[in-house]
Amino acid sequence: MPQLEIVNLKASYGGQTVLEDINMAVEKGETISLIGPSGSGKSTLLRVLTGLLPPISGHIVLDGKKIDYNNKAQVQELRRHMAIVFQQYNLFQNMSVMKNVTIAPIKIRGRPKKEVMEYATQLLERVGLADKHDAYPDELSGGQKQRVAIARALALRPDIILLDEVTAALDPELVNEVLDVVRLMASQGMTMFIVSHEMAFVREVSAKVVFMAGGHVVEVGTPEQIFDRPTQQRTKDFVGKILRH
Amino acid sequence: MLETLLNEIPRFFTYYNIVFLLKALFATFLLSALGCIIGSVLGFLIAVGRNTTSRILMPLRAALIIYTEMFRRIPFLVTLMLAFFVFQALNWDLPMFSVALVTVCVIGTAFIAEIVRSGFESVHDNQWDAAYAMNFSYLQTLRYVVVPQAWKVILPPVFSFFILFIKDTALASQIGVLELTYAGKVMNNKGFSATLVFGTILVLYFSLSYPLAKFGQRLEKKLAPARNR
Repeated sequence: MPQLEIVNLKASYGGQTVLEDINMAVEKGETISLIGPSGSGKSTLLRVLTGLLPPISGHIVLDGKKIDYNNKAQVQELRRHMAIVFQQYNLFQNMSVMKNVTIAPIKIRGRPKKEVMEYATQLLERVGLADKHDAYPDELSGGQKQRVAIARALALRPDIILLDEVTAALDPELVNEVLDVVRLMASQGMTMFIVSHEMAFVREVSAKVVFMAGGHVVEVGTPEQIFDRPTQQRTKDFVGKILRH
Repeated sequence: MLETLLNEIPRFFTYYNIVFLLKALFATFLLSALGCIIGSVLGFLIAVGRNTTSRILMPLRAALIIYTEMFRRIPFLVTLMLAFFVFQALNWDLPMFSVALVTVCVIGTAFIAEIVRSGFESVHDNQWDAAYAMNFSYLQTLRYVVVPQAWKVILPPVFSFFILFIKDTALASQIGVLELTYAGKVMNNKGFSATLVFGTILVLYFSLSYPLAKFGQRLEKKLAPARNR
């Protein structure tokens, strides 16, 4: 049984259909990358999956349980299993790094404060920010902020983590520090959805690559299939353009 | 001119007159303070209500929008008359002070609701996204994330509104509430020179608004995070 199944998801934004016929199955521990041109619906798909943009129709099945996005309780249940990291980090500006990482587990999940703090300390160490507990988001570089955001997502102990172009807003020299952290997570068997334009990275970490265009899934396959032997013309065009430079 | 003024002073600052002026000062203070406090509490609640998104609360939002937009647009004096005649039509025999108090609360609420709402709006949408994705409820997001960031945007206009508001309570004199402006008119009619009377009234108004402005400045400094100072 797949850990997560996406069934006929359709979403629109401002009256325009931005996702249609999205079907996918994800096994536990798999890393899935979504690639495609801008506006193809990759980031939208992640927003829909976390319930930030409720779909018009379709649903998902998480660990065999159907999740209806119109049902608030079911969406809350879903969010106990799924965490998202945003392109713009979305750190809480009024909170220190430590508070950012610990507030949801403590205040929202009601986990014991001591345990959460210990785990947060470990996580911050793992992402290389052990000395930044008391810093505020304004005082950090983009790469540091993004690593805090990843630690914040991990502190929720999610089963599935969604990474929305986590390196897109970073200076080139900061990209690797974030990708290293993502590599680490992939190696530890976390189920991940990655939206990324870092093709070399996608190729390296993904079990499966999904090529999207115009709000549809065009082609799904292993990285070798998608990058070396694409079958669809649109995939060929996209991969050709990307690999040429 | 100066001489007549100096001659007037002993007659003006008699025990009776001072008590009269202090009473009026107290009335102005009470109208302003209650208007500000009740207005802040209710205005905050209205902003919280207006910011909701659920479909069920649509009628509530509509009512709140109508309320704020209406009372921010009607002149103070008209609202005062409105309250006056509504209570009269209802046959409620309220003292004039209470009519004025209801009016200042109605107006204060509307203005502060709008200031708080725009303060909430100054907080970036991505803060809401992050909070919702981690299962924060609407009120939890407000409490932990949005309000702490919105304060520094809300406070300066709120305090400048408070200060305008102290002056606006002068209109209560129009329905015969004994507050500072009304007291000034009374003293003026008793034959004291306008310079002396309204000079005194001016000082008394200043004595209310200056500490308030100072307090506002201190609060802003205290609430603004250290790095933004």
